Amino acid sequence: MSEIILRTEHLCKNFGGLKATDNVSLEFERGKVHAILGPNGAGKTTLINLLSGELLPSSGRILFKGYDITDARPEKVSRIGIGRSFQKTNILPGFSCLQNCWIGAQSCLLTSMRFFRPAKHLREVHRRADRALQICGLSSKRNQIASTMSYGEQRQLEIAMMLATEPELLLLDEPLAGMGSEESQQVTALLKELAKEQTLILIEHDMDAVFSLADRITVMVDGAELETGDVEQIRNSKAVQDAYLGHQEDAA
Amino acid sequence: MHTVTRPIIIFLCICLVLLLLFPAVGGPFYTELVTKIMILSIFTISLDLLIGFTGLVSFGHAAFFGIGAYLLAILFNEVEHINYWWSLTLTLSLTGLAALVIGWLSIRTSGIYFIMLTLAFAQMCFYFFFESPHFGGDDGIFLANKPEIKFGTHQLIDLENEHHYYYFVLAWLVGVYLFLSMILRAPFGHVLIAIKANEQRVRALGYSTPHYKLVSFVIAGTIAGLAGFLEAAHTSFVTPAYLGWHESGMAIMMVILGGMGTLFGPVIGTFIVVLLQDFLPNFTEHWKLIMGGIIIGVVLFLPNGIAGLIYSISNRFTSSQKEHGREHV
Repeated sequence: MSEIILRTEHLCKNFGGLKATDNVSLEFERGKVHAILGPNGAGKTTLINLLSGELLPSSGRILFKGYDITDARPEKVSRIGIGRSFQKTNILPGFSCLQNCWIGAQSCLLTSMRFFRPAKHLREVHRRADRALQICGLSSKRNQIASTMSYGEQRQLEIAMMLATEPELLLLDEPLAGMGSEESQQVTALLKELAKEQTLILIEHDMDAVFSLADRITVMVDGAELETGDVEQIRNSKAVQDAYLGHQEDAA
Repeated sequence: MHTVTRPIIIFLCICLVLLLLFPAVGGPFYTELVTKIMILSIFTISLDLLIGFTGLVSFGHAAFFGIGAYLLAILFNEVEHINYWWSLTLTLSLTGLAALVIGWLSIRTSGIYFIMLTLAFAQMCFYFFFESPHFGGDDGIFLANKPEIKFGTHQLIDLENEHHYYYFVLAWLVGVYLFLSMILRAPFGHVLIAIKANEQRVRALGYSTPHYKLVSFVIAGTIAGLAGFLEAAHTSFVTPAYLGWHESGMAIMMVILGGMGTLFGPVIGTFIVVLLQDFLPNFTEHWKLIMGGIIIGVVLFLPNGIAGLIYSISNRFTSSQKEHGREHV
């Protein structure tokens, strides 16, 4: 069994009386794609927000490579190597593609409190931004203003911005949300490419994508972990079918 | 994100040449007036760093202008034989310190609360000077003796000579403009501009955004203090009105009218507002109505201010040039 890169211990988050995250203890292995499934309101995004520091847990611990990052704020989490993308497209709309990635890439500097030399003279920043655009297939759009791109391209840019920080662990919050099937296939291919070298924690509604991408799957219901296992195990699990897959088929 | 294109650079150079030549033809009254406008422009440019680039709408920026002015007056009246450069250094550091304290407390909030907090702090400063008899109270304070600007033993600037001071202030204006353009092109500026666009995302990319906002606030406050310092040395008189919310409001108006987020826009805005205030009363006593109408017109029809208009004209220039280029190819 390979190294555990991220671990949560009895993680809880309460919003008033609502237990959005209920005693979640998970282990994420380095180099694997770990998907988190669950119906709407199962607390998937809350969990990602806890991991990325956007929210602070009510109790429990988060350990990244053995270090306690429970109380770390988003900027700290990003600095130590955990990148995240957002479910709602969260880019800098008036900036070009390159400029969007630039801000991520600039985090390779010890500090951006640098006032004198023009930023465009920084070679390492260029390299990172270019690489992120290339991986996401946006090299040809580098000078296009982000708000004028198609929705699918904006979603790709969302991922490119995160990649520009060169994270060790990627938290992806519904990267396929709201996409048409063609765009969705493109991004799935991109995620497959990333999965070759990176560790991914993936929240996704799209079942086909999850089953084709994930090494391990955790199913959540009402903020709590229902079951964790590999793809076959989850596909055949009675509890999961009752809680989630069953509902979906009823709905359909 | 505005980039300064070649037509804009040419435009700015023409403006600079006009400003350099102006005292030769302008006469003493208008040379004085343009000096005053350039000092105010330094103030509004610094506010543009906050409003136009960092996304912090400060409604108390005049506090730093006033603090800078009062510091010069106090230093010159209380400390014997103080040298101009020493008083400048002290004024800028103390204004920067004031901006650090006010900024540190204010940037914890955002939106309407930030506006209210900066306004409240500025009003506190206003009433402090308004109600201290030692600093002249509501009458303001005169400088007992005119500062002498020397370099070594050589007198560099004669403050009685309006041409001297005109060029001195113009040099500061150009210096501040170049300084701010430099930091905005540097990594620091990129982060500021991104914070204005989407602060949450910038945090998620690994930046401690409050620090960047605070540094921006301190830089802007210090430059505003510089403007106040230059103004006090110019008029030899400081009044609490310098710190009032009316001044802060006027500055915001000049920034928006001229075009925020462009640096040169606020300078144009300042020129237009002050010159209108000067010219319009000659025609009618209801000039404030006309002034209001002009401002409403600009905001409605030129959402990016006058600088926005200049940008769209210059873009037309560059795109037609490109088409020419293609024809040649």
